[in-house]
Amino acid sequence: MSVSPIHTRIWLEEPEADSPFATRAAHCHGYDVFGAMLGRARWADMVFLLFRGEAPTARQSALLDALAVALANPGPRDPAVHAAMSGGVGGSPAAASLIAALAVGAGQSGGAREVFLAMRHWAAHGTLLAAWQEGLASVPMMPDDTWPQPEHAAGFDPNGVSAATIVRQTLTVLASLSDGPCLPWLFEHREALERAAGLPLAMTGVAAAALADLGLSPEEGEMLHLLLRLPGSAVHALEQWKTGFKNFPFYPVNLLDDPAERHAGQAAVMPSTTSGDAA
Amino acid sequence: MNRAEQLMLHVGHLTTSVGAAYPGSRAVFRGHDLHHDLGDLGWFELCAFGITGRRLPKDHLRVLEFIWTSTSYPDARIWNNRVAALAGTTRSTPNLALTAGHALSEAMIYGRRNEYRALTFFARTVQEMRAGATLADCLAHHLQHQGKLAGYGRPLASGDERIAPTMALARQLGLAEGPHVTLAFEVERELLSQGKQLNYGALVSAFGADFGLTGREFTMLFFPVFVGGMQPCYLEAAAKPPGAVFPTPCGDVRYQGVAKRAWPGSAPG
Repeated sequence: MSVSPIHTRIWLEEPEADSPFATRAAHCHGYDVFGAMLGRARWADMVFLLFRGEAPTARQSALLDALAVALANPGPRDPAVHAAMSGGVGGSPAAASLIAALAVGAGQSGGAREVFLAMRHWAAHGTLLAAWQEGLASVPMMPDDTWPQPEHAAGFDPNGVSAATIVRQTLTVLASLSDGPCLPWLFEHREALERAAGLPLAMTGVAAAALADLGLSPEEGEMLHLLLRLPGSAVHALEQWKTGFKNFPFYPVNLLDDPAERHAGQAAVMPSTTSGDAA
Repeated sequence: MNRAEQLMLHVGHLTTSVGAAYPGSRAVFRGHDLHHDLGDLGWFELCAFGITGRRLPKDHLRVLEFIWTSTSYPDARIWNNRVAALAGTTRSTPNLALTAGHALSEAMIYGRRNEYRALTFFARTVQEMRAGATLADCLAHHLQHQGKLAGYGRPLASGDERIAPTMALARQLGLAEGPHVTLAFEVERELLSQGKQLNYGALVSAFGADFGLTGREFTMLFFPVFVGGMQPCYLEAAAKPPGAVFPTPCGDVRYQGVAKRAWPGSAPG
Protein backbone atom coordinates (compact mmCIF):
# COMPACT_ATOMS: atom_id res chain seq x y z
CA MET A 1 0.00 0.00 0.00
CA SER A 2 1.29 3.43 -0.96
CA VAL A 3 1.61 6.10 1.69
CA SER A 4 -0.69 8.24 -0.41
CA PRO A 5 -3.52 6.25 -2.01
CA ILE A 6 -6.04 7.52 -4.55
CA HIS A 7 -9.48 7.95 -2.95
CA THR A 8 -12.63 7.26 -4.96
CA ARG A 9 -16.32 6.67 -4.39
CA ILE A 10 -16.78 5.52 -7.99
CA TRP A 11 -14.57 2.58 -8.82
CA LEU A 12 -13.46 -0.57 -7.02
CA GLU A 13 -10.95 -2.89 -8.63
CA GLU A 14 -9.89 -6.25 -7.29
CA PRO A 15 -6.52 -7.66 -8.40
CA GLU A 16 -5.69 -10.97 -9.94
CA ALA A 17 -3.87 -13.34 -7.63
CA ASP A 18 -0.70 -13.18 -9.73
CA SER A 19 -0.45 -9.38 -10.15
CA PRO A 20 -1.70 -6.37 -8.19
CA PHE A 21 -1.79 -4.45 -11.49
CA ALA A 22 -4.13 -6.82 -13.34
CA THR A 23 -7.86 -6.53 -12.69
CA ARG A 24 -9.95 -9.55 -11.78
CA ALA A 25 -13.15 -7.56 -11.21
CA ALA A 26 -14.15 -3.91 -11.51
CA HIS A 27 -17.20 -2.43 -9.79
CA CYS A 28 -18.74 0.92 -10.70
CA HIS A 29 -20.75 2.36 -7.82
CA GLY A 30 -21.15 -1.19 -6.60
CA TYR A 31 -22.11 -2.82 -9.91
CA ASP A 32 -19.89 -5.49 -11.44
CA VAL A 33 -18.99 -3.89 -14.76
CA PHE A 34 -17.53 -6.87 -16.60
CA GLY A 35 -19.35 -9.64 -14.75
CA ALA A 36 -22.89 -8.22 -14.77
CA MET A 37 -23.26 -4.97 -16.74
CA LEU A 38 -21.40 -5.89 -19.89
CA GLY A 39 -23.88 -7.16 -22.47
CA ARG A 40 -26.85 -5.91 -20.43
CA ALA A 41 -26.20 -2.20 -19.89
CA ARG A 42 -26.37 0.31 -22.72
CA TRP A 43 -23.66 2.95 -23.11
CA ALA A 44 -26.07 5.61 -21.83
CA ASP A 45 -26.71 3.46 -18.73
CA MET A 46 -22.99 3.34 -17.99
CA VAL A 47 -22.51 7.08 -18.49
CA PHE A 48 -25.50 7.86 -16.28
CA LEU A 49 -24.19 5.48 -13.61
CA LEU A 50 -20.74 7.07 -13.71
CA PHE A 51 -22.11 10.59 -13.27
CA ARG A 52 -25.02 9.96 -10.94
CA GLY A 53 -23.89 6.91 -8.99
CA GLU A 54 -27.15 5.08 -9.62
CA ALA A 55 -28.55 3.02 -12.48
CA PRO A 56 -30.91 5.09 -14.61
CA THR A 57 -34.59 4.43 -15.04
CA ALA A 58 -35.62 3.40 -18.54
CA ARG A 59 -36.79 6.95 -19.25
CA GLN A 60 -33.60 8.55 -17.92
CA SER A 61 -31.57 6.20 -20.11
CA ALA A 62 -33.73 7.03 -23.13
CA LEU A 63 -33.37 10.77 -22.47
CA LEU A 64 -29.58 10.56 -22.20
CA ASP A 65 -29.46 8.41 -25.31
CA ALA A 66 -31.52 10.95 -27.25
CA LEU A 67 -29.42 13.84 -25.97
CA ALA A 68 -26.28 12.00 -27.07
CA VAL A 69 -27.71 11.58 -30.57
CA ALA A 70 -28.62 15.28 -30.75
CA LEU A 71 -25.16 16.40 -29.62
CA ALA A 72 -23.01 13.77 -31.34
CA ASN A 73 -22.20 15.87 -34.38
CA PRO A 74 -22.47 19.64 -34.36
CA GLY A 75 -21.38 19.47 -38.01
CA PRO A 76 -18.39 20.89 -39.88
CA ARG A 77 -19.57 24.52 -39.57
CA ASP A 78 -19.30 24.37 -35.79
CA PRO A 79 -16.08 25.97 -34.45
CA ALA A 80 -15.20 22.89 -32.35
CA VAL A 81 -15.50 20.58 -35.34
CA HIS A 82 -13.70 23.13 -37.51
CA ALA A 83 -10.87 22.99 -34.95
CA ALA A 84 -10.78 19.19 -35.09
CA MET A 85 -10.75 19.27 -38.89
CA SER A 86 -7.82 21.70 -38.74
CA GLY A 87 -6.01 18.97 -36.83
CA GLY A 88 -7.06 16.25 -39.23
CA VAL A 89 -6.18 18.10 -42.41
CA GLY A 90 -2.59 18.70 -41.28
CA GLY A 91 -1.96 15.20 -40.02
CA SER A 92 -1.93 16.02 -36.32
CA PRO A 93 -2.33 13.11 -33.86
CA ALA A 94 -5.88 11.92 -33.22
CA ALA A 95 -5.74 13.25 -29.68
CA ALA A 96 -4.68 16.67 -30.97
CA SER A 97 -7.84 16.91 -33.06
CA LEU A 98 -9.98 15.99 -30.07
CA ILE A 99 -8.04 18.35 -27.79
CA ALA A 100 -8.73 21.07 -30.35
CA ALA A 101 -12.42 20.20 -30.35
CA LEU A 102 -12.50 20.22 -26.55
CA ALA A 103 -10.68 23.54 -26.22
CA VAL A 104 -12.87 25.31 -28.75
CA GLY A 105 -16.03 23.48 -27.73
CA ALA A 106 -15.40 24.50 -24.14
CA GLY A 107 -16.34 28.11 -24.76
CA GLN A 108 -19.04 30.35 -23.41
CA SER A 109 -20.53 31.01 -26.84
CA GLY A 110 -21.99 27.75 -28.09
CA GLY A 111 -19.81 25.50 -25.96
CA ALA A 112 -19.73 23.61 -22.70
CA ARG A 113 -19.14 26.66 -20.52
CA GLU A 114 -22.34 28.12 -21.89
CA VAL A 115 -24.10 24.91 -20.82
CA PHE A 116 -22.53 25.31 -17.36
CA LEU A 117 -23.83 28.88 -17.12
CA ALA A 118 -27.27 27.92 -18.44
CA MET A 119 -27.49 25.12 -15.88
CA ARG A 120 -26.79 27.69 -13.18
CA HIS A 121 -29.89 29.49 -14.43
CA TRP A 122 -31.91 26.32 -13.87
CA ALA A 123 -30.42 25.92 -10.40
CA ALA A 124 -31.20 29.55 -9.55
CA HIS A 125 -34.59 30.04 -11.20
CA GLY A 126 -36.11 26.58 -11.40
CA THR A 127 -39.44 26.86 -13.20
CA LEU A 128 -40.38 30.35 -12.02
CA LEU A 129 -40.98 32.50 -15.06
CA ALA A 130 -40.61 35.81 -13.20
CA ALA A 131 -37.22 34.71 -11.84
CA TRP A 132 -36.06 33.73 -15.33
CA GLN A 133 -37.23 37.02 -16.76
CA GLU A 134 -35.35 38.94 -14.09
CA GLY A 135 -32.26 36.74 -14.52
CA LEU A 136 -32.26 37.14 -18.29
CA ALA A 137 -32.80 40.90 -18.21
CA SER A 138 -29.05 41.50 -17.96
CA VAL A 139 -25.94 39.41 -18.41
CA PRO A 140 -24.45 38.93 -14.94
CA MET A 141 -20.89 39.98 -14.10
CA MET A 142 -18.90 36.89 -13.18
CA PRO A 143 -16.06 36.83 -10.62
CA ASP A 144 -12.53 37.48 -11.90
CA ASP A 145 -11.32 34.52 -13.93
CA THR A 146 -9.50 33.58 -17.10
CA TRP A 147 -12.96 32.88 -18.56
CA PRO A 148 -14.04 36.02 -20.39
CA GLN A 149 -17.10 37.83 -19.10
CA PRO A 150 -20.25 36.37 -20.72
CA GLU A 151 -21.61 38.49 -23.56
CA HIS A 152 -25.10 37.04 -23.94
CA ALA A 153 -27.74 35.12 -22.01
CA ALA A 154 -26.48 31.55 -21.63
CA GLY A 155 -28.50 29.00 -23.55
CA PHE A 156 -29.61 31.44 -26.22
CA ASP A 157 -28.09 32.05 -29.65
CA PRO A 158 -26.29 35.41 -29.87
CA ASN A 159 -26.34 35.22 -33.68
CA GLY A 160 -29.78 33.71 -34.04
CA VAL A 161 -32.83 35.29 -35.62
CA SER A 162 -35.36 32.66 -34.53
CA ALA A 163 -35.07 29.27 -32.84
CA ALA A 164 -33.70 26.84 -35.41
CA THR A 165 -35.86 23.92 -36.42
CA ILE A 166 -33.36 21.36 -35.11
CA VAL A 167 -33.34 23.12 -31.75
CA ARG A 168 -37.14 22.99 -31.56
CA GLN A 169 -37.17 19.36 -32.75
CA THR A 170 -34.66 18.41 -30.08
CA LEU A 171 -36.62 20.24 -27.40
CA THR A 172 -39.86 18.53 -28.46
CA VAL A 173 -38.39 15.03 -28.38
CA LEU A 174 -36.37 15.47 -25.20
CA ALA A 175 -39.29 17.10 -23.38
CA SER A 176 -41.44 14.10 -24.27
CA LEU A 177 -38.84 11.76 -22.75
CA SER A 178 -38.13 13.67 -19.57
CA ASP A 179 -39.48 12.92 -16.13
CA GLY A 180 -37.79 16.07 -14.84
CA PRO A 181 -39.28 19.55 -14.56
CA CYS A 182 -36.98 21.57 -16.84
CA LEU A 183 -37.51 20.30 -20.38
CA PRO A 184 -41.33 20.24 -20.27
CA TRP A 185 -41.36 23.71 -18.71
CA LEU A 186 -38.90 25.01 -21.31
CA PHE A 187 -41.10 23.53 -24.04
CA GLU A 188 -44.09 25.43 -22.63
CA HIS A 189 -42.27 28.71 -21.97
CA ARG A 190 -39.68 28.88 -24.75
CA GLU A 191 -41.11 31.94 -26.44
CA ALA A 192 -41.49 33.87 -23.17
CA LEU A 193 -37.86 33.12 -22.30
CA GLU A 194 -36.72 34.13 -25.77
CA ARG A 195 -38.49 37.45 -25.38
CA ALA A 196 -36.80 37.96 -22.00
CA ALA A 197 -33.38 37.10 -23.42
CA GLY A 198 -33.93 39.00 -26.66
CA LEU A 199 -32.46 35.98 -28.41
CA PRO A 200 -33.71 32.63 -29.71
CA LEU A 201 -33.13 29.41 -27.80
CA ALA A 202 -29.90 27.61 -28.71
CA MET A 203 -28.99 23.92 -28.59
CA THR A 204 -26.92 24.70 -25.50
CA GLY A 205 -30.12 25.81 -23.75
CA VAL A 206 -31.89 22.56 -24.60
CA ALA A 207 -28.86 20.53 -23.53
CA ALA A 208 -28.67 22.43 -20.23
CA ALA A 209 -32.31 21.66 -19.47
CA ALA A 210 -31.83 17.99 -20.36
CA LEU A 211 -28.71 17.67 -18.23
CA ALA A 212 -30.51 19.36 -15.33
CA ASP A 213 -33.42 16.94 -15.72
CA LEU A 214 -30.94 14.07 -15.61
CA GLY A 215 -29.93 15.34 -12.18
CA LEU A 216 -26.49 16.63 -13.10
CA SER A 217 -24.81 19.63 -11.51
CA PRO A 218 -23.58 22.45 -13.78
CA GLU A 219 -20.02 21.11 -13.40
CA GLU A 220 -21.13 17.60 -14.38
CA GLY A 221 -23.22 18.94 -17.25
CA GLU A 222 -20.26 20.89 -18.59
CA MET A 223 -18.12 17.74 -18.60
CA LEU A 224 -20.74 15.57 -20.23
CA HIS A 225 -21.47 18.16 -22.92
CA LEU A 226 -17.77 18.19 -23.81
CA LEU A 227 -17.79 14.40 -24.09
CA LEU A 228 -21.00 14.00 -26.05
CA ARG A 229 -19.95 16.33 -28.87
CA LEU A 230 -16.68 14.52 -29.62
CA PRO A 231 -17.85 11.82 -32.08
CA GLY A 232 -18.58 14.31 -34.85
CA SER A 233 -15.27 16.07 -34.30
CA ALA A 234 -13.47 12.74 -34.59
CA VAL A 235 -14.98 11.64 -37.86
CA HIS A 236 -14.77 15.06 -39.51
CA ALA A 237 -11.08 15.25 -38.56
CA LEU A 238 -10.47 11.84 -40.11
CA GLU A 239 -12.41 12.83 -43.20
CA GLN A 240 -10.34 15.96 -43.81
CA TRP A 241 -7.08 14.02 -43.74
CA LYS A 242 -8.44 11.89 -46.56
CA THR A 243 -9.91 14.89 -48.40
CA GLY A 244 -6.61 16.76 -48.25
CA PHE A 245 -5.56 20.30 -47.49
CA LYS A 246 -6.05 21.50 -51.05
CA ASN A 247 -9.78 20.98 -50.57
CA PHE A 248 -9.93 22.59 -47.13
CA PRO A 249 -10.66 26.33 -46.91
CA PHE A 250 -7.71 28.67 -46.57
CA TYR A 251 -9.38 32.04 -46.46
CA PRO A 252 -8.31 35.24 -48.21
CA VAL A 253 -6.93 37.77 -45.77
CA ASN A 254 -7.67 41.47 -45.54
CA LEU A 255 -4.75 42.88 -43.58
CA LEU A 256 -5.56 46.26 -42.10
CA ASP A 257 -2.11 47.16 -40.79
CA ASP A 258 0.33 46.31 -43.55
CA PRO A 259 3.84 47.80 -43.47
CA ALA A 260 4.10 47.22 -47.22
CA GLU A 261 1.25 49.67 -47.76
CA ARG A 262 2.87 52.21 -45.47
CA HIS A 263 6.04 51.91 -47.52
CA ALA A 264 4.19 51.93 -50.84
CA GLY A 265 6.21 53.65 -53.53
CA GLN A 266 9.54 52.70 -51.97
CA ALA A 267 9.49 49.21 -53.41
CA ALA A 268 7.23 46.74 -55.11
CA VAL A 269 4.74 45.42 -52.60
CA MET A 270 2.43 42.50 -52.21
CA PRO A 271 -1.25 43.36 -52.24
CA SER A 272 -2.67 43.41 -48.72
CA THR A 273 -5.71 41.40 -49.74
CA THR A 274 -4.48 38.02 -50.78
CA SER A 275 -6.50 35.05 -51.90
CA GLY A 276 -6.30 31.89 -49.88
CA ASP A 277 -4.75 30.08 -52.80
CA ALA A 278 -1.96 32.63 -53.08
CA ALA A 279 -1.28 32.48 -49.35
CA MET B 1 -29.76 44.26 -40.67
CA ASN B 2 -30.57 41.19 -38.57
CA ARG B 3 -28.01 39.11 -36.68
CA ALA B 4 -27.59 36.57 -39.48
CA GLU B 5 -26.93 39.37 -41.95
CA GLN B 6 -24.39 40.89 -39.57
CA LEU B 7 -22.59 37.57 -39.37
CA MET B 8 -22.62 37.28 -43.16
CA LEU B 9 -20.24 40.26 -43.27
CA HIS B 10 -17.54 38.01 -41.80
CA VAL B 11 -18.02 35.02 -44.12
CA GLY B 12 -15.26 33.73 -46.37
CA HIS B 13 -12.36 35.97 -45.42
CA LEU B 14 -10.23 37.07 -42.49
CA THR B 15 -10.01 40.75 -41.70
CA THR B 16 -7.17 41.31 -39.28
CA SER B 17 -4.82 43.84 -37.78
CA VAL B 18 -2.47 41.42 -36.01
CA GLY B 19 -0.68 40.03 -39.02
CA ALA B 20 -0.58 37.57 -41.88
CA ALA B 21 1.75 35.14 -43.61
CA TYR B 22 2.53 35.46 -47.30
CA PRO B 23 4.40 32.19 -47.84
CA GLY B 24 7.35 32.57 -50.17
CA SER B 25 7.36 36.32 -49.68
CA ARG B 26 7.03 37.78 -46.19
CA ALA B 27 5.21 37.73 -42.88
CA VAL B 28 3.62 40.65 -41.06
CA PHE B 29 3.50 40.75 -37.27
CA ARG B 30 1.41 43.52 -35.73
CA GLY B 31 2.16 46.01 -38.47
CA HIS B 32 5.84 45.10 -38.85
CA ASP B 33 7.71 42.94 -41.30
CA LEU B 34 8.63 40.02 -39.05
CA HIS B 35 11.97 39.21 -40.66
CA HIS B 36 13.20 42.71 -41.45
CA ASP B 37 11.76 44.90 -38.68
CA LEU B 38 11.61 42.55 -35.70
CA GLY B 39 14.59 40.28 -36.22
CA ASP B 40 16.42 41.79 -33.27
CA LEU B 41 13.73 40.79 -30.77
CA GLY B 42 14.22 37.80 -28.51
CA TRP B 43 11.43 35.24 -28.53
CA PHE B 44 10.08 36.26 -25.13
CA GLU B 45 10.16 39.90 -26.21
CA LEU B 46 8.32 39.07 -29.41
CA CYS B 47 5.61 37.24 -27.46
CA ALA B 48 5.23 40.27 -25.17
CA PHE B 49 4.94 42.50 -28.22
CA GLY B 50 2.42 40.16 -29.84
CA ILE B 51 0.26 40.19 -26.74
CA THR B 52 0.46 43.84 -25.75
CA GLY B 53 1.27 45.55 -29.04
CA ARG B 54 4.06 47.43 -27.31
CA ARG B 55 7.72 46.82 -26.55
CA LEU B 56 8.27 45.93 -22.91
CA PRO B 57 11.38 47.51 -21.33
CA LYS B 58 14.38 45.18 -21.14
CA ASP B 59 14.50 45.23 -17.34
CA HIS B 60 10.82 44.27 -17.14
CA LEU B 61 11.44 41.38 -19.51
CA ARG B 62 14.44 40.33 -17.45
CA VAL B 63 12.33 40.05 -14.28
CA LEU B 64 9.57 38.19 -16.10
CA GLU B 65 11.98 35.75 -17.71
CA PHE B 66 13.78 35.26 -14.39
CA ILE B 67 10.40 34.27 -12.96
CA TRP B 68 10.07 31.63 -15.69
CA THR B 69 13.47 30.23 -14.84
CA SER B 70 12.73 30.29 -11.12
CA THR B 71 9.61 28.21 -11.43
CA SER B 72 10.86 25.56 -13.85
CA TYR B 73 10.75 22.55 -11.54
CA PRO B 74 11.38 19.21 -13.24
CA ASP B 75 9.46 17.36 -10.53
CA ALA B 76 7.00 14.85 -11.94
CA ARG B 77 4.97 14.83 -8.73
CA ILE B 78 3.66 18.33 -9.48
CA TRP B 79 0.27 17.87 -11.11
CA ASN B 80 0.86 19.52 -14.48
CA ASN B 81 4.35 18.04 -14.76
CA ARG B 82 2.85 14.70 -13.76
CA VAL B 83 0.67 14.78 -16.86
CA ALA B 84 3.73 15.24 -19.05
CA ALA B 85 5.41 12.32 -17.27
CA LEU B 86 2.33 10.10 -17.54
CA ALA B 87 2.24 10.85 -21.27
CA GLY B 88 5.85 9.73 -21.39
CA THR B 89 5.11 6.51 -19.57
CA THR B 90 2.27 5.66 -21.98
CA ARG B 91 4.51 6.57 -24.94
CA SER B 92 2.34 9.44 -26.09
CA THR B 93 3.95 12.22 -28.12
CA PRO B 94 6.00 15.11 -26.69
CA ASN B 95 3.59 17.68 -28.10
CA LEU B 96 0.54 16.04 -26.60
CA ALA B 97 2.35 15.70 -23.28
CA LEU B 98 3.28 19.37 -23.10
CA THR B 99 -0.06 20.57 -24.45
CA ALA B 100 -1.97 18.70 -21.77
CA GLY B 101 0.45 19.85 -19.08
CA HIS B 102 -0.08 23.43 -20.13
CA ALA B 103 -3.84 23.04 -20.23
CA LEU B 104 -3.69 21.96 -16.59
CA SER B 105 -1.59 24.97 -15.70
CA GLU B 106 -4.72 27.11 -15.92
CA ALA B 107 -5.59 25.95 -12.40
CA MET B 108 -7.44 27.64 -9.58
CA ILE B 109 -4.99 26.99 -6.75
CA TYR B 110 -1.84 27.59 -8.79
CA GLY B 111 -0.95 28.82 -12.27
CA ARG B 112 -2.98 30.98 -14.58
CA ARG B 113 -6.39 31.25 -12.88
CA ASN B 114 -4.73 31.99 -9.56
CA GLU B 115 -2.50 34.62 -11.15
CA TYR B 116 -5.31 36.19 -13.17
CA ARG B 117 -7.41 36.69 -10.08
CA ALA B 118 -4.48 37.97 -8.03
CA LEU B 119 -3.41 40.45 -10.71
CA THR B 120 -6.93 41.74 -11.17
CA PHE B 121 -7.30 42.16 -7.40
CA PHE B 122 -4.03 44.11 -7.15
CA ALA B 123 -4.85 46.36 -10.12
CA ARG B 124 -8.36 47.09 -8.82
CA THR B 125 -7.18 47.66 -5.25
CA VAL B 126 -4.41 50.08 -6.21
CA GLN B 127 -7.01 52.11 -8.11
CA GLU B 128 -9.47 52.03 -5.24
CA MET B 129 -6.84 52.99 -2.66
CA ARG B 130 -5.71 55.88 -4.85
CA ALA B 131 -9.33 57.01 -4.76
CA GLY B 132 -9.27 56.96 -0.97
CA ALA B 133 -10.35 53.48 0.08
CA THR B 134 -8.52 51.67 2.86
CA LEU B 135 -6.97 48.26 2.33
CA ALA B 136 -9.39 46.79 4.84
CA ASP B 137 -12.31 48.19 2.83
CA CYS B 138 -10.89 46.77 -0.38
CA LEU B 139 -10.32 43.34 1.13
CA ALA B 140 -13.82 43.22 2.56
CA HIS B 141 -15.33 44.34 -0.75
CA HIS B 142 -13.26 41.79 -2.65
CA LEU B 143 -14.21 38.90 -0.38
CA GLN B 144 -17.88 39.88 -0.64
CA HIS B 145 -17.91 39.98 -4.45
CA GLN B 146 -15.19 37.53 -5.43
CA GLY B 147 -15.53 35.00 -2.65
CA LYS B 148 -11.84 34.38 -2.09
CA LEU B 149 -8.49 36.13 -2.28
CA ALA B 150 -6.09 34.51 -4.73
CA GLY B 151 -2.36 34.49 -4.13
CA TYR B 152 -2.11 33.87 -0.41
CA GLY B 153 -1.35 30.49 1.10
CA ARG B 154 0.31 27.72 -0.89
CA PRO B 155 -0.84 24.16 -1.58
CA LEU B 156 1.54 21.53 -0.18
CA ALA B 157 3.87 24.04 1.53
CA SER B 158 4.21 27.15 3.63
CA GLY B 159 6.55 29.87 2.44
CA ASP B 160 7.97 30.16 -1.03
CA GLU B 161 11.64 29.75 -1.91
CA ARG B 162 11.26 31.70 -5.16
CA ILE B 163 10.28 35.00 -3.60
CA ALA B 164 13.65 36.05 -2.13
CA PRO B 165 15.75 35.62 -5.31
CA THR B 166 13.08 37.31 -7.43
CA MET B 167 12.91 40.27 -5.07
CA ALA B 168 16.72 40.43 -5.01
CA LEU B 169 16.80 40.82 -8.79
CA ALA B 170 13.96 43.34 -8.69
CA ARG B 171 15.82 45.42 -6.11
CA GLN B 172 18.96 45.26 -8.26
CA LEU B 173 16.95 46.61 -11.21
CA GLY B 174 15.07 49.21 -9.15
CA LEU B 175 11.75 47.46 -9.71
CA ALA B 176 11.03 46.17 -6.21
CA GLU B 177 8.84 48.99 -4.98
CA GLY B 178 6.16 49.34 -7.62
CA PRO B 179 2.65 49.98 -6.30
CA HIS B 180 1.30 46.47 -6.88
CA VAL B 181 4.32 44.63 -5.45
CA THR B 182 4.21 46.96 -2.46
CA LEU B 183 0.51 46.22 -2.06
CA ALA B 184 1.14 42.47 -2.32
CA PHE B 185 3.37 42.58 0.75
CA GLU B 186 1.00 44.95 2.54
CA VAL B 187 -1.80 42.44 2.06
CA GLU B 188 0.48 39.69 3.39
CA ARG B 189 1.04 41.68 6.57
CA GLU B 190 -2.73 42.11 6.85
CA LEU B 191 -3.33 38.36 6.44
CA LEU B 192 -0.40 36.97 8.42
CA SER B 193 -2.56 36.67 11.51
CA GLN B 194 -4.66 34.19 9.50
CA GLY B 195 -1.52 32.22 8.63
CA LYS B 196 -1.74 33.17 4.94
CA GLN B 197 1.56 34.05 3.33
CA LEU B 198 2.12 35.65 -0.05
CA ASN B 199 2.65 32.93 -2.64
CA TYR B 200 4.70 33.15 -5.79
CA GLY B 201 1.64 33.47 -8.00
CA ALA B 202 0.67 36.65 -6.17
CA LEU B 203 4.16 38.11 -6.41
CA VAL B 204 4.56 37.45 -10.12
CA SER B 205 1.05 38.82 -10.73
CA ALA B 206 1.96 41.98 -8.84
CA PHE B 207 5.02 42.42 -11.05
CA GLY B 208 2.78 41.91 -14.09
CA ALA B 209 0.47 44.67 -12.86
CA ASP B 210 3.42 46.94 -12.10
CA PHE B 211 4.62 46.39 -15.67
CA GLY B 212 1.22 47.46 -17.03
CA LEU B 213 -0.10 44.04 -18.04
CA THR B 214 -3.77 43.16 -17.74
CA GLY B 215 -4.86 39.81 -16.35
CA ARG B 216 -5.42 38.42 -19.83
CA GLU B 217 -2.10 39.74 -21.15
CA PHE B 218 -0.24 38.26 -18.20
CA THR B 219 -2.04 34.92 -18.57
CA MET B 220 -1.03 34.70 -22.21
CA LEU B 221 2.56 35.77 -21.63
CA PHE B 222 2.97 33.24 -18.83
CA PHE B 223 1.30 30.39 -20.70
CA PRO B 224 4.57 28.43 -21.20
CA VAL B 225 6.08 29.32 -17.80
CA PHE B 226 6.23 25.71 -16.57
CA VAL B 227 7.45 24.13 -19.79
CA GLY B 228 11.10 24.00 -18.68
CA GLY B 229 10.07 21.66 -15.89
CA MET B 230 7.76 19.51 -17.96
CA GLN B 231 10.18 18.60 -20.72
CA PRO B 232 12.63 16.61 -18.54
CA CYS B 233 9.71 14.90 -16.80
CA TYR B 234 8.40 13.60 -20.13
CA LEU B 235 11.85 12.53 -21.33
CA GLU B 236 12.75 10.65 -18.15
CA ALA B 237 9.39 8.90 -18.12
CA ALA B 238 9.81 7.90 -21.76
CA ALA B 239 13.24 6.47 -20.93
CA LYS B 240 11.85 4.22 -18.18
CA PRO B 241 9.92 1.03 -18.93
CA PRO B 242 6.33 1.61 -20.09
CA GLY B 243 4.05 2.22 -17.12
CA ALA B 244 6.90 2.72 -14.67
CA VAL B 245 5.92 6.26 -13.64
CA PHE B 246 3.46 6.17 -10.74
CA PRO B 247 2.23 2.62 -11.37
CA THR B 248 -0.78 2.07 -9.13
CA PRO B 249 -1.57 -1.40 -7.78
CA CYS B 250 -5.22 -2.09 -6.97
CA GLY B 251 -4.44 -1.76 -3.27
CA ASP B 252 -3.37 1.85 -3.73
CA VAL B 253 -6.91 2.90 -4.59
CA ARG B 254 -9.03 3.39 -1.49
CA TYR B 255 -12.65 2.74 -2.41
CA GLN B 256 -15.12 4.69 -0.32
CA GLY B 257 -18.33 4.12 -2.28
CA VAL B 258 -21.38 1.93 -1.93
CA ALA B 259 -21.14 -1.82 -1.35
CA LYS B 260 -21.40 -4.34 -4.17
CA ARG B 261 -24.90 -4.78 -5.55
CA ALA B 262 -26.65 -6.55 -8.41
CA TRP B 263 -27.18 -4.75 -11.73
CA PRO B 264 -30.91 -4.65 -12.57
CA GLY B 265 -31.73 -7.80 -14.50
CA SER B 266 -28.61 -9.69 -13.51
CA ALA B 267 -28.23 -12.42 -10.93
CA PRO B 268 -27.05 -11.21 -7.52
CA GLY B 269 -23.27 -11.38 -7.43
